[in-house]
Amino acid sequence: MLRYIAKRMVFAIPTLFAVSIVAFIIIQLPPGDYLTTLMAEWASQGGAVEAGTVAAMRDRYGLDQPVYFQYYKWMAGILMHGDFGISFDFGKPVTELIWNRLGFSLLLSVLTLCFVWAIAIPIGILSAVRQYSISDYTATFLAFFFLAVPDFLMALSAMYIMSAWFGQSVGGLFSPDYVDAPWSFGKLVDFAQHVWLPVVVIGLGSLAALVRIMRANLLDELSKPYVTTARAKGMSELELLLRYPVRLALNPLISTLGWILPAVISGEIIVSVVMSLPTTGPLLLRALLAQDMYLAGSLILLISVLTIIGTLISDILLAITDPRIRLQ
Amino acid sequence: MSMTKDTILEVRDLKTYFPTRTGLFKAVDGVSFELKRGKTLCVVGESGSGKSVTARSILQIVDRPGRIEGGSVLLTRADGSTTDLAKLDPRGRAIRDVRGKEIAMIFQEPMSSLSPVHRIGTQIGEALRIHFGTPKHEQRERVLELLRQVEIPRPESAIDRYTFEFSGGMRQRVMIAMALACNPSVLIADEPTTALDVTTQAEILDLIKKLQQSHGMAVLFITHDMGVVAEIADEVLVMYRGKVRERGPVEQIFHAPQDDYTRRLIGSVVKLEKKAEVRLARPAIPAGTPPLLDVRNLSLTFPSGLKAVDDVSLTVRPGETLGIVGESGSGKTTMGRCLLRIYDAQAGAIDYRRPDGQTVDIRTADKAALEKIRREVRMIFQDPVGSLSPRKTVGQIIAEPLKIAGMKGRELNDRVADLMQQVGLEPTWRERYPHAFSGGQRQRIGIARAIALNPRLIIADEATSALDVSLRSQMLDLMMKLQDKLGLSYVFISHDMSVIRYMCDRVAVMYRGKIVEVGDTDQVVNNPAHDYTRALLSAIPHPDPRNRRIHTRFRYDAGRTLSANG
Repeated sequence: MLRYIAKRMVFAIPTLFAVSIVAFIIIQLPPGDYLTTLMAEWASQGGAVEAGTVAAMRDRYGLDQPVYFQYYKWMAGILMHGDFGISFDFGKPVTELIWNRLGFSLLLSVLTLCFVWAIAIPIGILSAVRQYSISDYTATFLAFFFLAVPDFLMALSAMYIMSAWFGQSVGGLFSPDYVDAPWSFGKLVDFAQHVWLPVVVIGLGSLAALVRIMRANLLDELSKPYVTTARAKGMSELELLLRYPVRLALNPLISTLGWILPAVISGEIIVSVVMSLPTTGPLLLRALLAQDMYLAGSLILLISVLTIIGTLISDILLAITDPRIRLQ
Repeated sequence: MSMTKDTILEVRDLKTYFPTRTGLFKAVDGVSFELKRGKTLCVVGESGSGKSVTARSILQIVDRPGRIEGGSVLLTRADGSTTDLAKLDPRGRAIRDVRGKEIAMIFQEPMSSLSPVHRIGTQIGEALRIHFGTPKHEQRERVLELLRQVEIPRPESAIDRYTFEFSGGMRQRVMIAMALACNPSVLIADEPTTALDVTTQAEILDLIKKLQQSHGMAVLFITHDMGVVAEIADEVLVMYRGKVRERGPVEQIFHAPQDDYTRRLIGSVVKLEKKAEVRLARPAIPAGTPPLLDVRNLSLTFPSGLKAVDDVSLTVRPGETLGIVGESGSGKTTMGRCLLRIYDAQAGAIDYRRPDGQTVDIRTADKAALEKIRREVRMIFQDPVGSLSPRKTVGQIIAEPLKIAGMKGRELNDRVADLMQQVGLEPTWRERYPHAFSGGQRQRIGIARAIALNPRLIIADEATSALDVSLRSQMLDLMMKLQDKLGLSYVFISHDMSVIRYMCDRVAVMYRGKIVEVGDTDQVVNNPAHDYTRALLSAIPHPDPRNRRIHTRFRYDAGRTLSANG
């Protein structure tokens, strides 16, 4: 097993290099660079820019050098010093910007995942066991309804309802009083009061897919002969359901676990923007719009690293839960 | 019939119906029988006769939407108390206490009937936990004892393994161990040997017999194989379309059958006891004829190191049927696939004689030559369901090889209609999809597709194994008819000696990748030279209860190490 993991890690290295090159090229593709964006912004604010200033800045940021050299500098920084470069837009090191938000992104993703699994799996089981019943149709209808509603609309409606009818402060993960306060019990309570809304909004949108996967998997398993065998042993229906078909129907779901890691960075950008959440999604969007190339490049690189790690984790989990994969 | 104190289970006028869109389907329609302590009742019938549903009705584990509509299932216990199982709630406590504890059941598919993700020890021990609340360590002791009873080698390590690590026969032993866990008084076996090859079947039948004697169980044995019935039954129940056609002691059923259907069932087995009449009448193929296919020293080793095909040499002459017989894992299917280059053999030669007299080595032929050869050498597969695309009509399936060969329009239509007639299908059915056909009809579709391009050689891989015995001989007759009409040669791969004996001119016996014996079928069957062939022959169930021989069969053990996954 350890050898297998090590092998996978080694294979990941060329992939990562390829991804970093592609990411860098994609960022360079749109015409202009960060300074063009910056000047357009200044111009729209009525400020005039002297040509000399621009040239000086271009020189300072290294934007006048050839692309491959810029790439080399960036990569060398990462490999030698763990330095991902400076964000032009924020004027801060990229690492500082990302680390600040990564924690919240991860927390939000994990909470959402728990919420979705806790709701979707029981509903999926119910839908499969009572196939074509009223409860199956209701659950299916609701799941598809939430899938169909655009997530920004759901976010807006949820925020409107909570603030207009229940008078709760919405948006962000904290009340204004606590945003910059150090962690305390009060801040934790405040966080809990805020975080559930984005969790529900994001979770409901992805509920449908999981309910349908669970239902379809379980329907396949329910008609398998080993279910009849277990029944012929005298097992009660509930124990039988959980111990055999549900256990097997969960395996394909486990393989989807790895997908949440890359989604931590890029996931739910729109909802995060609408609800002004301090996660990495809005940061990525802003970096791309501003052609803030080291920030955008680092985020994309991070997404690929997490994709590779996520896939590896789900492969390992699957090997742990399914002996057929482990032993063959 | 009267109740005696030996009667454990009495089924009276059992009716199990399935409501369908087109009305009620009476799967079991008024079936009555009794099971006696220490005796075996065989329920026999073709697929769809309701024998399996009858067995499942006893434990109330009929798949939805099936329901028991009437009748009674009286279980009498050792203390004299009696319960009507048909009246119990199918999800209730009372029936669950009977399942697995008083009446246990084993199923046909030993692979899919066991969970692939639970260790076999857990699956066997579960019944003990459910019915007796046995603690973990005691469970383990008992499971080990059960594994020893069903003769699984090295029980201490086998107990922690998973089902896919075992061979089919070993899995069926695991099933039996599971059924025996709570010492049931009735064992229901639903086609437990149908998926196994003859030698393994003989071993499992032996085991059930032995355990029945030591435990004093009543056995309800469901099968479609009259040969098995003759070997093991005390009493027989013949079912057809949900109804009992005949029942009585095994002697009477075989030697004085009252019902036409019973006679036909026996007839179809007895027919396979000897060579087909059309083949007896046919003049022998002159020995000097140059072979159509000349295979020399063919070898294929899988990356795992398994020598699947080991130095195989054989010839097929024009118009001849060569049988390849052996148990599962003998490499016969792999060898057949090498002949068509589905697998690439690593060494040897497959010389194929083209119609113009030139010979081509299929093993090394280039793409263009291979394409031509594949029009002349076709294949028929075992699984009539899996080998036909469910999204194409029968007409499209049969037309496919013709289209690839460039035929179209009216000519194509006429050819498809002609082919369907040749294999005994109505040309008007061409717009139907495969699922609308029965297993036998589907195999005919496969044959029509195989002969579409007027091939010269057909490789038939277990072409009749998935069919009921009565359909089996029909299919073989059809293949022989086509052989005579179209001048075909066959390589007929099968694990079933009786099928080989019925239709093949010559037979090659394969064992662990090697050909251990080749010769004329009559000579190999009547006077086998190799011990393995003798073992294979003596494991065939013999359809005569007066001459039971499977329990005293010849066993081939030379150099054979029994292993859990071997």
